Amino acid sequence: MMRKQDHTGMESNLPASPASLSRREFLKRMGLLSGGLIVYCSVGDSPLFARAPREGFIGSNVPTDFNAFVHIGADNRVTCFVGKIEMGQGPITSFAQMAAEELDVAYESVDMVMGDTDHCPWDAGTWGSLSTRHYGLFVKEAACEAKGVLKELAAEKLSCPVQNLVTKNGMIFDKDRPGSQVSYGDLTAGKIIERHLTDLPPLKSFSEYGISGKPYLRRDSFDKVTGRAKYTADFRVPGMVYAKIVRPPAHGATLLHADTSAAWKIKDVQVIQEGDLIAVLHPDPEIAEKALAAIKTEYDNPKTGIDDQTIFNHLLKNAPHPEIASAAGNLKEGEKQSVSIVEETYFNGYVAHSPMEPHAALALVEGDHATLWASTQTPFGVRQLVSQALGFSLEKVRIITPFVGGGFGGKAASAQAVEAARLSRISGKPVMLVWTRKEEFFLDTFRPAAVVKIRSGIDTSGRMSFWDYQVYFAGKRGCEIFYEIPHHQESVYGEWQIGPGIHPFAVGPWRAPAANTNIYARDLHIHLMASRAGKDPLEFRLDHLKDKRMRKVLETVAAQFGWTASKTPGGRGYGISCGIDAETYVASMAEVEVDRTSGQIQVKRIVCAQDMGQVINPQGAVIQMEGCITMGLGYALTEEVRFSDGRVLDVNFDTYSIPGFSSLPQIETIIVPNSALPPKGGGEPAIVCMGGVLATAVYDATGAKICRLPMTPERVKLALKTAG
Amino acid sequence: MTQTIQFTLNGKPVRIDVDGERTLLWVLRTDLGLTGAKYGCGEGLCGACTVLVDGEAIRSCQMSAGDVQGKTITTIEGLEKNGQLHPIQEAFVRHDALQCGFCTPGMILKAHSLLSSNPEPTRDDIIHAMDENLCRCGAHVRIIQAVQAASEGMKGGRS
Repeated sequence: MMRKQDHTGMESNLPASPASLSRREFLKRMGLLSGGLIVYCSVGDSPLFARAPREGFIGSNVPTDFNAFVHIGADNRVTCFVGKIEMGQGPITSFAQMAAEELDVAYESVDMVMGDTDHCPWDAGTWGSLSTRHYGLFVKEAACEAKGVLKELAAEKLSCPVQNLVTKNGMIFDKDRPGSQVSYGDLTAGKIIERHLTDLPPLKSFSEYGISGKPYLRRDSFDKVTGRAKYTADFRVPGMVYAKIVRPPAHGATLLHADTSAAWKIKDVQVIQEGDLIAVLHPDPEIAEKALAAIKTEYDNPKTGIDDQTIFNHLLKNAPHPEIASAAGNLKEGEKQSVSIVEETYFNGYVAHSPMEPHAALALVEGDHATLWASTQTPFGVRQLVSQALGFSLEKVRIITPFVGGGFGGKAASAQAVEAARLSRISGKPVMLVWTRKEEFFLDTFRPAAVVKIRSGIDTSGRMSFWDYQVYFAGKRGCEIFYEIPHHQESVYGEWQIGPGIHPFAVGPWRAPAANTNIYARDLHIHLMASRAGKDPLEFRLDHLKDKRMRKVLETVAAQFGWTASKTPGGRGYGISCGIDAETYVASMAEVEVDRTSGQIQVKRIVCAQDMGQVINPQGAVIQMEGCITMGLGYALTEEVRFSDGRVLDVNFDTYSIPGFSSLPQIETIIVPNSALPPKGGGEPAIVCMGGVLATAVYDATGAKICRLPMTPERVKLALKTAG
Repeated sequence: MTQTIQFTLNGKPVRIDVDGERTLLWVLRTDLGLTGAKYGCGEGLCGACTVLVDGEAIRSCQMSAGDVQGKTITTIEGLEKNGQLHPIQEAFVRHDALQCGFCTPGMILKAHSLLSSNPEPTRDDIIHAMDENLCRCGAHVRIIQAVQAASEGMKGGRS
């Protein structure tokens, strides 16, 4: 079983995070905590051998000392520390597999500690399908080095050459002398190993794996099915109060006046007012809610005229200069060679993350030190924000990340933690802040609304001659064309990270940011071109594809689906979408039925194949594909945040409709084996096809082009009318 | 108004003095320290706060503490018997029928309520019964499998 964070006290027998401390301080703290430091040989701070590079924003602060990642207890149990967090996507299982594999210990002997800034190695954040493909390498190398050091220690203890030693299940054996053996735990006695290798032995190859590459069930299930699993809002500390915060009715509104007198009159209520922050505190969350309702406010709500219908014109009018993501040939030349032009504009609205667990934080600010439990995807980022907000240095702030109840990019931003920290500092009390569902919708960093304009041509031989692609505000990810088109250009007008002034509220990364919009627009457009060329849409794609990985996933999905060649629209309701996301190649096919009277789309079947390189936990990978497909039904069919003048109109699940059991199609997933490549992303790729695969299926069923997501019954009916 | 409310909670008699108007979810989570029932939406729309009242799944964010007078409540914490997982819990583990786990207590209790009234549900019965318990991670496929498996496994009469 895993050991999650120690939630009860601040003292623990775990190493600290070297990213916040000097190496000396780090070792001192680890040594103190583990009852003494073993210094086998003294080393400086410089790296001793070539490790996976620590580069860029996601890597430069990741420590190189293996002690930051793995700790071997005297009882031979291994603790694996990672700065990543568990929000359902399963790294709690796959990191344990990777550590056990390289260390040669039993998978069951590994405990995971995740997302605790005092104890875990630094990480930029749990997003971008990077846990296995990027951070996993650091864990594997750390485990590999630890094993190498343990073998050196064993060689001294057993008086034999290192070459004679073999490792298995946390034991080291002298292969020439039966019975001559020692356990990892006996070698370390639970202490920190201040000894490093000058050369890192090679990591295991995929064919040598005994634990990685095998399907494992989630290791947190027992806690999650019994209610033992603790999420941020489940923690209690003595003297804790619940906070409720005054929110404006609309984004852009300014507070004119607030009367808190009635709230003060409620017994034991504390009203906090500091700058823009007005809040009430009470030990009972329902009384806090009543006190909040007793505060009378007056706001100035400017009329902007921007709503979910006018937003697209607003975006196009305010587009920044484009970045050319990719280009070849000459568009004008391509157009000259064309006998037929297909031109279309595609629209995609704002969508909410709506994780089942709303943002929550428990803040305990005592003197010059702050401890927070936070539901966040970015514990180290939150530490930075809290330290800035309170004026504390980084090492005086500890962020503990318990289980997170879903994130999908929405908990990359964690404003609730700063709010709770401020309220705790002001009140001197431990403060629990749990956003209501309405706040969750109001304060979410939505996936940005976006527009894609595509103009493309077909030459006399029925091949794509040019591709002029312009994406506004979705962002670059997924926009690059991988088809063989002699003249093409992909222009990106504004990234999803774009700052204030464009969108009426905050926007941010939403599972595979940008890619969902780009791939939807591209695949529907390619389908329209195949239709214009009079070709089967699969054949049309393959005719323009040299990339072997992409051909392979398309051919795999087609075989499983039972695709047979036909022109589109063919009345079958078959769709195709394919793309590259997080370095994974993914292709999907769908079968839908469209009710022409009601405009309802019934998704009958989705088949999805992906090549994600080596797969650490095939079970977890397939589950991520299923989750992506299911979640993706939402942005394709029902989900869109409605708003007007900064007021968010969808604030709960009655009007914001996420996929449920009755939306489920038959789902079939295939992982295309490719162990020649290191692990690629798994948490996002399969969602990127969902808009495209369903829009092309609806087109195939009816000839209706639905150029705006989500494909609501009204939009389907309208498109059917246009299609005749 | 403060009143004395007595009920059976996870097999044990409970007597508390609380304002009967208070929401059952918050009484469970704060006064009684049972945090398995989750706040997800506050309006009975998501099912994360589901508990069993006299064997039937209800949304505890929509029920007042006063309304459970004399009733029998089971929360997710009360489903294990003598350290043994309930067959539905076991099936959720075996089928990996969860991801983030936040909706899981509600899903399991809703399935419990379904299987009490309909021990051998069809796939459609399961979909119909569970449709208003929301899961954002997309564990639905496996939740259906787990409920079907639990139904099979419970044919011997254990519940």
